Amino acid sequence: MKIKILGTGCAKCQQLEKTVREAVKDLGLNAEIEDVKDMKKIMQYPILATPALVVNEKLVASGRVPNKAEVTVYITSALDK
Amino acid sequence: MKTTETCHCDTSCNIVAAEKKAGSRKKLIVLLAGGLALWVFLYYFLQRAANYLTYDILHLSPGSKLGSSVAFFLYDAPKVLLLLVLIVFVIGIIRSFFTPERTRRILAGKREFAGNVMGASLGIVTPFCSCSACPLFIGFVEAGIPLGVTLSFLIASPMINEVALVLLYGMFGWQIAILYIVTGLIIAIAAGWVIGRLKLERYIEDWVLERRNTPSAVSADSNSEAFEGRIRYGLNAVRDIVGKVWPYLLGGIAVGAGIHGYVPEGVLASFMGKGAWWSVPLAVIIGIPIYSNAAGVIPVVQALLEKGAALGTALAFMMAVVGLSLPETIILRRVLKWQLLAVFIGVVGLGIVITGYIFNLVL
Repeated sequence: MKIKILGTGCAKCQQLEKTVREAVKDLGLNAEIEDVKDMKKIMQYPILATPALVVNEKLVASGRVPNKAEVTVYITSALDK
Repeated sequence: MKTTETCHCDTSCNIVAAEKKAGSRKKLIVLLAGGLALWVFLYYFLQRAANYLTYDILHLSPGSKLGSSVAFFLYDAPKVLLLLVLIVFVIGIIRSFFTPERTRRILAGKREFAGNVMGASLGIVTPFCSCSACPLFIGFVEAGIPLGVTLSFLIASPMINEVALVLLYGMFGWQIAILYIVTGLIIAIAAGWVIGRLKLERYIEDWVLERRNTPSAVSADSNSEAFEGRIRYGLNAVRDIVGKVWPYLLGGIAVGAGIHGYVPEGVLASFMGKGAWWSVPLAVIIGIPIYSNAAGVIPVVQALLEKGAALGTALAFMMAVVGLSLPETIILRRVLKWQLLAVFIGVVGLGIVITGYIFNLVL
């Protein structure tokens, strides 16, 4: 499992990263979490607002901070595939 | 699984059965109605409560400097906080209808002048924080939206915000609040249009320009469109924004209250009044590097006005502080070359100066 957090380090991006780490820990997963801070790399995804969350190369949220329950749903539905 | 996808609640986001959802909607409506009733009640009795606290409980005399400062603070601080909660909630609901993706769809293919007008107007209602200025700018360029139209959006968005609106309404009345919105819009439209006319596209960073007209898939993610989703969006906006600005607000009102009670009338008239022609550009030059949200600035501005500063000068100062900021400029430097950035600040700054002069002349 590979999870990317797209964002240039603003408060909301850090909040999202914290939420993701908690969700991954609660699920007991061994996931690789990467902070993508480089604007060129961020813009490889079709987003208009940061922070954004990418699970296994699929964009699942952008421009908002989903809560832990939502993040958990994103991760588990990616696992099901 | 549809229910879990659209659910945005904070506590229990497990699978929500349909009946439970209907029940929670009823509960939500009751809660909202109760909240509104409480709001009206508090707002209605505020002045009396503030006076009672100051003069009867604290035994301050109405004529004294301290009494006048304390009464000012005890009335203004809760009043502005109450207004803030209500307006931020309402605007949050409105914003749940406008995602940045939707705004881009609306703006794509618009011609210059009409596009500037729409860009500036959408800047008010689209949820957007300045840390997203880069992806948004790039996304707009990709969709072929003209540079000037994009900049109209980026100017209006921070300048005309709900916090400024609330404070201007709460402290100066609705006339000034509307005046502020209209002039903010005009500056955003005019500045974006002028920059568009100057044909400065070559000063966008090359790697951004290369992406132009390479159609990218529009991200599918959007806000929940259910009623509950919008209410929650509004409540989240209240928690986020009010949670962030209240210390600035109280600090600003405290400083304002101090000035209200202690600084003699008219002391600022000589150097911030209408007579001093250089005060407007000076206020703008001082305001540009300062970064603060409207919450911290407006209470101070009010106090300045009361002591003889001219309205145009005070509003110009506020627009420069809120609309142009150093952090946003640094963020935009990633996508704009410095020449374009300089033109951007110059044109917007000039627009604010002109507005300040017009206010000082007319009012």
